[in-house]
Amino acid sequence: MKRFDALKKIIDVIDDQFVVCNLGQTSNELYFLKDKPQNFYMMGSNGLSSSIALGIALTNPKLKVWCIDGGASLLMNLGSLSTISFANPLNLTLIVIDNGVYESTEDQKTHTNRKTKLDAIARATGFESIFVINNREDIVPTFMELGTGCHFILIKTEPENVDVPNISLSPKNIKTRFMDSISKCDN
Amino acid sequence: MNIDLKIYKLIKDSGIDFITSVPCLLLKDILKIIDDKEEILYLPVTREEEGVGIAAGAYLGGKKPAVLMQNSGLGNSINAIISLLQYYEIPVIFFISHRGEEEDPISAHVPMGKITETLLDDISMRFWNIYSNKDISNIKAAINYSNESNTSVAILLKQSLWSE
Repeated sequence: MKRFDALKKIIDVIDDQFVVCNLGQTSNELYFLKDKPQNFYMMGSNGLSSSIALGIALTNPKLKVWCIDGGASLLMNLGSLSTISFANPLNLTLIVIDNGVYESTEDQKTHTNRKTKLDAIARATGFESIFVINNREDIVPTFMELGTGCHFILIKTEPENVDVPNISLSPKNIKTRFMDSISKCDN
Repeated sequence: MNIDLKIYKLIKDSGIDFITSVPCLLLKDILKIIDDKEEILYLPVTREEEGVGIAAGAYLGGKKPAVLMQNSGLGNSINAIISLLQYYEIPVIFFISHRGEEEDPISAHVPMGKITETLLDDISMRFWNIYSNKDISNIKAAINYSNESNTSVAILLKQSLWSE
């Protein structure tokens, strides 16, 4: 499965809820598939998407918050899994799309290509609700099962970029429209 | 009132309602007060850069966040401060205990201690030095500046503050 195809399924379930999306091609693809003010696209500070999502989830316990992270990005900030488990927000789902490579820099292999298992790390840090998805058709049924809680979903994909344009929004615009959307919610 | 309680009150009265931190020996009493009082949403984190990311998320979520850390953690946070906070114009108040500016019983603090102010200048982050009880009103000035300019600021809590 390509990440692009996984994202198509994911956005059907997430709909208009709040998402923090990892930088680079993942954000570009999400922007192309379904741009909305509730998407916070990261453009720098690689590794911090799950941290940003945690901050949003903790301060808005009535909102459902999603994070779409990448495998290598999560490897840069593994402590975040520990902090998320410690805080245990019941409104946060961390989706990690792992293609096993640094795709934006021409496919250098990441450590998940050898022995590292991100789902096992999540479990060891305290996550109790963990799913591993290898097939596109399992995405929607798995997501539909999720109740209230702090979830970790690992989706294994093949490294393959889809040719989509870069995001044309300014960082300030991304921030402002995201915050405006949150302030309109009963959070 | 002791210095730690004074700083806590300034934090609380300024409207800061979300704090992440990595501990420092100098900050131990302030962190204990924050933890005990439970008036401010408080989350200990594993690394300072992560704390910056969480604070940014709290701001997006409508809070007024601060990060409490040692100056060694500034080194761990530079990229997040520049490419997240400054790039998206997200204001966070940093309370930074400043180890190693002069001699320090732990000499490993000295290399970072000596360049901390230069580093803040290099990333264009305004900072206020708090050396003693009588400088403490500068904390308010720093937070007011952050509110008015919508930028992140640093409050450098010097070792001398706790040796008065």
